[in-house]
Amino acid sequence: MKLIKSVILSTAILGAFGSVPLAQAQTSEQYIPILSYRVGPYAAGGSGFYGGAIDYFNLINAKGGLNGVKISWEECETEYNPSRGVECYERLKKNNGGASLVEPLSTGIAYGILDRVAEDKIPMTTLGYGRSDAANGKVFPYIFPLITSYWNQAAAMTKYLGDKSGGMEKLKGKKIVHLYHDSAFGKEPLPVLEAQAKQYGFELIKIPVAHPGNEQQSQWLQIRQANPDYVILWGWGVMNAVALKTAQRNGFSRDKILGVWWAGSEEDTVPAGDAAKGYTTMTFNTPGNYAVLDEIRTKVYAAGKGNLSDKSRVGSVYHMRGVTAAMLWTEAILKAQEKFGKGKLMTSEQIRWGFENLDVNEARQKTLGAMGMFPPVKTSCEDHEGSGAVKVQQWNGDKWIAVTPNWIVGDKALTRALLEESSAKYAAEKKITPGCLK
Amino acid sequence: MFYREAGQFKSSYAEDNQIFPIRQDRIAMAALLALAFLVVPLIATPYTFSAILIPFLIFSLAALGLNILTGYAGQLSLGSAAFMAVGAFASYNFILRIPGIPLLLGFVLGGLSAAAVGIAFGLPSLRIRGFYLAAATLATQFFVVWCLTKIQWFTNYSSSGVITAQEMLIFGYSINTPMKKYLLTLSIVCVMALLAKNMVRSNVGRSWMAVRDMDVAAEVIGFRLMRTKLLAFAVSSFYCGIAGALYAYAYLGTVEPEAYNLDLSFRILFMIIIGGVGSILGSFLGSAFIILLPIGLNLLAHALSLPTNVASNLELMVFGALIIFFLIVEPHGLARLWQITKEKLRLWPFPH
Repeated sequence: MKLIKSVILSTAILGAFGSVPLAQAQTSEQYIPILSYRVGPYAAGGSGFYGGAIDYFNLINAKGGLNGVKISWEECETEYNPSRGVECYERLKKNNGGASLVEPLSTGIAYGILDRVAEDKIPMTTLGYGRSDAANGKVFPYIFPLITSYWNQAAAMTKYLGDKSGGMEKLKGKKIVHLYHDSAFGKEPLPVLEAQAKQYGFELIKIPVAHPGNEQQSQWLQIRQANPDYVILWGWGVMNAVALKTAQRNGFSRDKILGVWWAGSEEDTVPAGDAAKGYTTMTFNTPGNYAVLDEIRTKVYAAGKGNLSDKSRVGSVYHMRGVTAAMLWTEAILKAQEKFGKGKLMTSEQIRWGFENLDVNEARQKTLGAMGMFPPVKTSCEDHEGSGAVKVQQWNGDKWIAVTPNWIVGDKALTRALLEESSAKYAAEKKITPGCLK
Repeated sequence: MFYREAGQFKSSYAEDNQIFPIRQDRIAMAALLALAFLVVPLIATPYTFSAILIPFLIFSLAALGLNILTGYAGQLSLGSAAFMAVGAFASYNFILRIPGIPLLLGFVLGGLSAAAVGIAFGLPSLRIRGFYLAAATLATQFFVVWCLTKIQWFTNYSSSGVITAQEMLIFGYSINTPMKKYLLTLSIVCVMALLAKNMVRSNVGRSWMAVRDMDVAAEVIGFRLMRTKLLAFAVSSFYCGIAGALYAYAYLGTVEPEAYNLDLSFRILFMIIIGGVGSILGSFLGSAFIILLPIGLNLLAHALSLPTNVASNLELMVFGALIIFFLIVEPHGLARLWQITKEKLRLWPFPH
């Protein structure tokens, strides 16, 4: 009996999956697949980012859409796992008339679908992560590391540290530790940091932390022995709070630690408690409040359509990044509409053109209610990044505040040269003839 | 009814020794293979190929590898993902550095490299067993991934440590669509599964099982322990290595060493526990359970239009509950469940 019962149960379960029809929405809406992650070690980042993006979609739809075209979206849980991410991408890309664009917010997934998006002709944004050399649109026509890449961030970090020490020449003989998540993500900035170490004569000490990074005793012991002038914290997820706490325990001053932008959110500092006070990180958003966030509060959350269960997270770092991302996506769609027909549905290839011809200047930001929320973005075929500018923010124990009033841009000549070299290598490997798409 | 065997007599040793002695099984297997090779390519969508069937086959192969080592030879291992990594990165390097090398030869060489690493890390099995050995193979897991991230030569000095799989060419024929990748994977998996099935039925497999059941007794009756155990490690790692190469080439296209982390090793271990330890069929059933069930649950949650954050957590809970349920109902795994079903069907409708 037991056996029969279990057999029936299991066939019923399996049968249910076979017969599940995929939810179909209307095809008169601009469809954007959302490869989100709301469980697992990186859930805090994923829920905030995608929550922000969906809040912005809801705001656009509440205001009547993009020249009358509403946005629809479908979500799929990736758990930040490349294999699940590829599955989600494959599942969602053809739905509702085809995906407009995709944004996995994960280096692993982005690498996993890098070739596929080019084949499927779907633009992929990698906002502040991913392959830095993808900014070369001649080799990577469908990849957009918008606003800023890891390489430009690394260059801006050295510039900031140089300015802080009183001039770039003062970096000579200084010791800088690169404490990084031992994965593709953590190793991405190494070419820039190594080149600059040579150029300015500082000593670069590379210390890896194994995934997920909840044990860093030996690394900080090593740091204490080296007694560096600065520590660059290139971390993600749980690793950041642990680093801050371990630094405190080892008596390492937090204002000497400069975090990457993925190490600079409330989710990183609040769990670290007072160990985070005075800690600085890079960011491509200026912390603060903006008209667009107020609009989200009044038009989306007040209508009960908010995506975050905790309303106080509106305006937090990850939420704001999600809003920024969604704003750039919709700007690309609007740009495409300007060329290919206002109020029409855009194909993914038309939106790719939109991404390549973005011009979100300060005047446009003002209209959007996001003046100064992110640096002005102007893209072209040569430059899919469009800016490269970042700011430094500091945790005052309660909230983030911008330390640098102006946007910092590092040595762009250096990053450009590295980018050309690396993308040429990729083009040769993949037998791509570099060139601009129309 | 379905398995009434009346009239199926065996009159030669060859007939008695065949893989599927019951006619119904033979027909079912032939039908399944025909379905997989002929019908599926015609009807399946690119999504089914590249998101469901290919990973399912690849992980079946990896589970098969671990099943040979753990299920048949009784050597507990937590290093399967590391052997997959060796296979993938070795294949990548062979194909990169030897111009004009055939793709399949590259895979085989990758598999052989994994086998060599398997033998090296299998050496402790001569002195320790059980949980202690599992802890020792954990070293493989960490060492290999560390090595691949540390030594840049393996990733061809790519700045972020990610390798990009080369184009797959077999006799000048490019394997570039999901369907072609599926057929390649399916062919490799079928051949290797057949090989494995025959291996475990032959004296090699018998020696593994003897060692598994009691190694001292096996040694007393004349099995050479060292050879048997190391052979199991080599064969198992070879299978995992090929699976790893397919994972990089036929599935993801680009891989970073971190993709082959301890998590993946655990998943493969769960596959054989759920599927059935010491069973070829179990490797496939377990892989289907672990790979397809979360996707199915996710689709189900979508169809019920649950809020996404609830759906994501629900998926994990249901998945965990189902694992516990199956292990309580049948601790020997899905393969054993199938075996019992078959036995009941042979007597049906007159069970005794």
